[in-house]
Formats: sequence, structure tokens, C-alpha cells
Amino acid sequence: MAKRIDSLDDLEQLRKRITSGRDPSKTRVTVCGGTGCQAYGSEKVFQAFVEEVKQRGIGAEVDIKPTGCHGFCERGVVLVIFPEEICYLRVRVEDVPEIVSETLVQNKIVERLTYENPLTGEKSVKESEIPFYKYQSRIVFGKNRFIDPKSIDDYIAIGGYEALARALRDMTPEQVLDEVKRANIRGRGGGGFSAGAKWQTTRDAPGETKYVIVNCDEGDPGAYMDRSLMEGNPHSVLEGLTIGAYAIGAHKGFIYVRQEYPLATENTILAIKQAEEYGLLGKNILGCGFDFTVEVQRGAGAFVSGESSALMSAIEGRVGEPRPKYIRTAVSGIWGSPSNLNNVETWANVPLVISKGADWYNSIGTEGSKGTKIFSLVGKVNNTGLVEVPMGTTLREIIFDIGGGILNGKKFKAVQTGGPSGGCIPEQFLDKPVDFDELSKVGAMMGSGGMIVMDEDNCMVDVARYFVNFLTDESCGKCVPCREGLRHYHKILERIVRGEGREGDIALLEDLSDVIKDASLCALGQTAPNPVLTTIQYFRDEYEAHIEERRCPAKVCKDLISFYIEPDKCQACMICLRNCPVGAISGDKGLVHVIDQGKCTRCGTCLDLCPTRFSAVTKLSGEPVPPPPLRRDVTREKRSEQ
Amino acid sequence: MKQVSMQIDGVQVKAEEGTTVLQAAKQAGIKIPTLCHDDRLAPYGACRLCSVEIKKGERSRIVASCVYPVEEGLVVETESPRLQKIRQVILELLRSRSPGLKEELAEKYQVDSTRLDRDPSFCILCGLCVRYCAEVKGANALGFVGRGTERQVVFFPEIALKTCPTCRECFNICPTGVIPSDFAVNVPRFEKQPTVFPVRLRDEQNLRSLVEKIE
Repeated sequence: MAKRIDSLDDLEQLRKRITSGRDPSKTRVTVCGGTGCQAYGSEKVFQAFVEEVKQRGIGAEVDIKPTGCHGFCERGVVLVIFPEEICYLRVRVEDVPEIVSETLVQNKIVERLTYENPLTGEKSVKESEIPFYKYQSRIVFGKNRFIDPKSIDDYIAIGGYEALARALRDMTPEQVLDEVKRANIRGRGGGGFSAGAKWQTTRDAPGETKYVIVNCDEGDPGAYMDRSLMEGNPHSVLEGLTIGAYAIGAHKGFIYVRQEYPLATENTILAIKQAEEYGLLGKNILGCGFDFTVEVQRGAGAFVSGESSALMSAIEGRVGEPRPKYIRTAVSGIWGSPSNLNNVETWANVPLVISKGADWYNSIGTEGSKGTKIFSLVGKVNNTGLVEVPMGTTLREIIFDIGGGILNGKKFKAVQTGGPSGGCIPEQFLDKPVDFDELSKVGAMMGSGGMIVMDEDNCMVDVARYFVNFLTDESCGKCVPCREGLRHYHKILERIVRGEGREGDIALLEDLSDVIKDASLCALGQTAPNPVLTTIQYFRDEYEAHIEERRCPAKVCKDLISFYIEPDKCQACMICLRNCPVGAISGDKGLVHVIDQGKCTRCGTCLDLCPTRFSAVTKLSGEPVPPPPLRRDVTREKRSEQ
Repeated sequence: MKQVSMQIDGVQVKAEEGTTVLQAAKQAGIKIPTLCHDDRLAPYGACRLCSVEIKKGERSRIVASCVYPVEEGLVVETESPRLQKIRQVILELLRSRSPGLKEELAEKYQVDSTRLDRDPSFCILCGLCVRYCAEVKGANALGFVGRGTERQVVFFPEIALKTCPTCRECFNICPTGVIPSDFAVNVPRFEKQPTVFPVRLRDEQNLRSLVEKIE
């Protein structure tokens, strides 16, 4: 059992004890253990390092540390060697002996594992020189790479729990609350409501028992900011939560973690246990007379449970369905008691505000949105991963400077921000600063930080259909506009992408949108029309092409496209013919191949496999497929021409 | 109890604190259309037909009057163009499920019945039966299963067999008539297979005849 920490001095001493045993000039290999890197085998890479270092007999000179997510998920497994800050990407078990013998023993760089800019070919060795990291300011998320999420000592070593200790010793709850209010932290879950104002309401609400809650029920497709923070640095969230509880006057906290995040649950439960052992949770925290306990509540896998009132119903043990919030949950939440819910990232910002002050916090960001925001940058972009930038950074900076632009040199078409309830933002708004207010002006929203980049090969009607499909699945079904409105929405969009759109469908979608937006019970329904409305607003021509011409301009919608082999280009190489999964291609060696349109399932295998030097397969939409050529040979002359 | 005064459709209205806008309107003789509301049951706020527009300063908001608490100085409108549009579309959505529903209101709000594909399931999930059975009878013989568009009302055989044959009080509450039909088709069947949970409860054949009758 660890020794209890009874004061700020105790904490200071413990920190000194931990850091004095650690030589900052000693070589330290940090292996990213986030879920993305785990999928790439980071645990095995870590083990391989431990063994290789032992075998070489340099175990005493090197520390190897598994850490939380570093953010550059697309290039996992990510590895950073300190103090030189050498960053290796896409590391596999086979690379470990070379890294150990070259870099750790001989101080040489393994060039092939360093970052190479896909646009310029330029190499970067240091982590801070890689464009993906260079333009970020990772004040919240950046700590992940220094600590093992399973070690409270690691967190304490970098100054962890100092903000809590200072708040409890030197500040009254009112002073803490004032500092948070002055910092203007706005809710990172997407609502953007002032955290300080919410805390105040909960504090002022009548009732002895009050609750504080961490919302870790993140469920937007393609978004995983909260997950990586909860997995990678659970103590920062716990510290923020405890500070909040002190300011609000709550003695019980819940962390609602969705079922699909096993590592987050595991690390959080462990973190709570460690904090309790040190006396950072429980009775008489840090000898300051404040009691606070935290419980992990596992979600039941419903997207709508991320809505605060639904989440609270779920904690009470009832079905996770939203209830009207005309009386705020801050006044009447869990079992009718005042309950303050904030998102993971919001809580993680709190220790920063207390330790560095509201003035410092206010120096980052825009007029109305302070601090930084973590985004999950995914889709058709070169550098996929988690990105933390000051509020007000433009979409262009995020997508092109940090994200490295569009994959394969294609053209940018739109970016979907704010998850399924957000909107698709077209190119003309790329210079919009991203914060709580600016994106709402163009019909989208910043939301909790999902950012899905789309290129010229994405069909915007299909994108809208995808998000509506998701929301239709996830609607709780309680209120009519959301349940029935989304059902028809889905049907109409399905019809349009099938080429069965009718005149008046766009107007009908717009009509339904107004009512779903205005009359739905909770935010899921109220924001559900955004993907449809923004795609209609900015890409109306694509809707019209589907409905009027039965044509999909991006050539995505399967029912509206045909694959066709151009007889003049076909070299009769047999590749597509052999690989067609339904045997729809006829021809022979030396005989031009032809696709039987009746059999073709439009899987695209022929297009993918046709050698680029021939490029004989094309997609057609909105035009008839030319009749098959008469039995035709590929002549010797023509072959040699190629 | 403290009284608050507010304005509904231009009329000054006094109401008791803790009551709802719907109750206040009713007392003042102003009729707001409802569907999932029943005075004997706790407000539910699901059908949204009772939506009203409230104004606080410059801002106006749509809220469900059956759950919105009265407030000093509140200005409420019950028949604005925005609300008429909401009621029109909500009725349109509901009638694609239950074709004969609320004829009078449908006429009043000029509901178009040609735009949406019909998909009659008859039950419109207002939850009146479920809530009546739970809140008034304390029996819980029916309940919701499934989520979202998969949601449906089912009889729970173990309870339904014992309580339903003699009660049948929910028959009159059901705005679509589907509950008596479900009962007729399903509850006697439970005796044969009392342990089978009725996932797909409504008998297609029975439904068709109901649809034909009403159309």
C-alpha cells in the first residue's frame, strides 16, 4: 500500500523523490500504446524492445515506457526516443533490433523509419519538426507521450495533482469557481455551454447531495479524442473532476465510459484505485478535509446516452432515453439531485486553468472560445490522427498544414465537422477559423471535434445518407419528429441514391428538416438535419443530378454507375477477368474483355486491378454503356505500341 | 402555492407555480392539440403535437407545452405559422403509420397524405397504453422493446395472461385501435407458448384487414 499524501508538501516531496530517481539525460524510448498503435502491435513492439535491450546488456542505460496515444495514429506504431526526441513511425517488431543497435547503441538514425513528407519528400527526424506536430499546441493532449497511463507516479512526476493540492489548500470553492468562470472554458462535448456557469448553477441549486459526471460516451463515427485522453491520461481527468467537485460542493462523481472502450475503462478504474491509495480521492483529501469518491459507470452502447439527461437516466439504472430539460440537469439530474456533467476534454482542461491561471488560458484562442481543442482528423487526408490546436485555427491550417493535404493529390471537396449532427463545409469556407461560433454560421458546428475530410470521389448525397442512416439507428425512438422524421429521411435518401428520386424530394427533405430541428425532444434530433441541409445548401447540383438525370457525379452510388472496359485500351491481360468475383467478364488471352452489365455487381475489383499503364476500366454514370464490341482480337501491332 | 402570471395568445393568464403551460392554457380555455397526453398520466412529451412557441425577450423557442413549466412573464403562442407547420408535418408523419389518425386535426392543418410513403404499423408509439398500465394500474403488462425505428409495444405474456383479460382499460385509450387488435390476436396465443417472448407481435393478416377497413 502506497503512503498517503497528506499535504501539498507531501506531494512535492513525493514528486522530488520520483524525479530524483530519474536521470533526464538517460535514453528513454516511449512506445505509443493508444488503441490505434495497439492495433498495429505496439504491445509486441514494446516487449521486443525490453528483450532486445536486455540481450544487449544495456538494460541499465535505457528506459522503455509504454505511453498513451501520441496522436499520429495513421503512422503507428509511433516511437519517440528522448532526450534526442527522435521520432520513428510505422515501427514493427522486425525493426526493433535495428533501432537498438543503430540508434540506442551507435547513436545513428534509422532513416527509413523517420517521417517523409509525402508532398516534398523532405525528411524529419525530430518529433517537433514533423509538420503534423509542428503546427499543433498540445497543452492537454501532449502530456500523453510522457507518461505511462497506468502509473500515477508518472503523472505526479510531471506536476500532476499539484493544481488540486493548490486549490484545496490555497483557494476557497468560490475562488476556484471564479477562476474557471474567468477562464471562459466552454463545454468540449459540442454544446459549448460555459462550464463555469454550469458549475455555478449546480453549486447554487438547492439540495445536499450533488453529483459531478464525466461524459466519456463519445460515439461520433470517426471521432476518438475523449477515448485517447481517457486511455492515455486518466489522472488529468480525475484531477479536473475533483477540483470541480470541490468548487461545486459534490462528494460523489461518476465517470460514464462507453462499453466499446475497454482500455479506457481499465485505465480509469486503475487510476481511481491509485489515487485512493495516495489519498487523492476518498476521505479528507490531501489533509484538507474534503471528501470525494468516484465510480466508473459502463455505458450500454447507445449513442443517445451521450446526451446528458439520457446518460443520467442510464446511471440511475433506467433506459438511456433523454427527458425534457426545461429544468436543467444542473438543478435536477441524477435521482433529482443537482448534477454537473462535463465532457472528458473539458475536465482535463481544469487543472491547467488552476495551475497556470485564467489569464494565461485566456491568452489562447479567440474572443468567444478560449484554449485549445482536440480534433480527430480523418478521411481523405494524408496525416490522419488526433490534432490539438488553439481555437480559431483555420480549417485550411488543420487540413493542409497539419493534415498534409488530400490523399493521392486529389481535390478537396468538403469537410464534415461536428460528427453526424454537424455539417459538410465546402471549399469556400476553408479559411474559416474553427471555434464554437464561426462554424455554426455556415450551418455546421465544431461539435466535439470530429473532422472528416472528403475529396472529389465522395458523393455528397451518399455522405448525407450515411449520417442519416447512423442517426436513424441511434435515435431512441421516443419522440415523433426524430423517430418518424428520420425514418422517412432515410427512405427518401436511399431512394435518391438508388436512382429512384422524385421531383419534389429536395423540398420534402427541407420540409421535414424544419420540423425535426424545431420539434425534436433532444439535441440528437434537433441537429440531425444538419448533414442533409448543408449538403443540399452547398451541393444541390449533386442532388439534382441524382434525381433528374439518374446520375451520380462522383460515380459512387452503385445503382447509378456502370463499369466499362474501353476496347481500345484493353490489352486482354486476363487480370480483371480472373478476379471478377461474379464471373461477369468475358474474353480470352488476346481477346478484348467485356463486362456483362447484367451480372456485374459494381464491386470495382476490375477497376482496382487493371494495370495503370492500361487504365482500360472506367466508371460511367448518367450515360449508356456502349454496346459490347464484336469479338475482337488485340493485335500484335497494337500491343507493341503500348 | 405561488401564482405566476403569463400571456398565452395575447391573453393574460394566472397559473400555479409547478404546473405546465398546457394546464395553464386549458384553464384559460385555450385549446392546444395533444396526442400522447392524458391528465391521469405523468407528462411524457413525445408526440410534440402540443408544441408551442415561447418568447423571452427577442428569442423565441419551440417547446412541448405538456412538460414546460409555467414561468412569471412568459409569453406563449399556440398557433403561429411555425407551429402550424410543425403540427402539419407531425400529423403527416403519424398518418403514414396510422392512416386514419386524428381526422379532424388532419383537416384543420391541411395534411398532405400523398408525399410520404405509407408504411402502416398502426401503433404510433405514443405510449399511452404502456404508461396507463404502469402508472394507473401498476400492472406493467405492456412495454416498449427495441430502440428507435425498431421500437414497438408488446404484451408481456406472464403478466398479460393474468391481468389483461379482465382489465382491458387500455383499449379505450389507444388512439389507433391497434391495442385491442393486438390483444385479440396475441393474448389468447400466449397460453400455448407462454414462455416465448413476442418480438414480432402484430399479426400481418390482422393488420391488413384493419388497414383496409379504415382506408
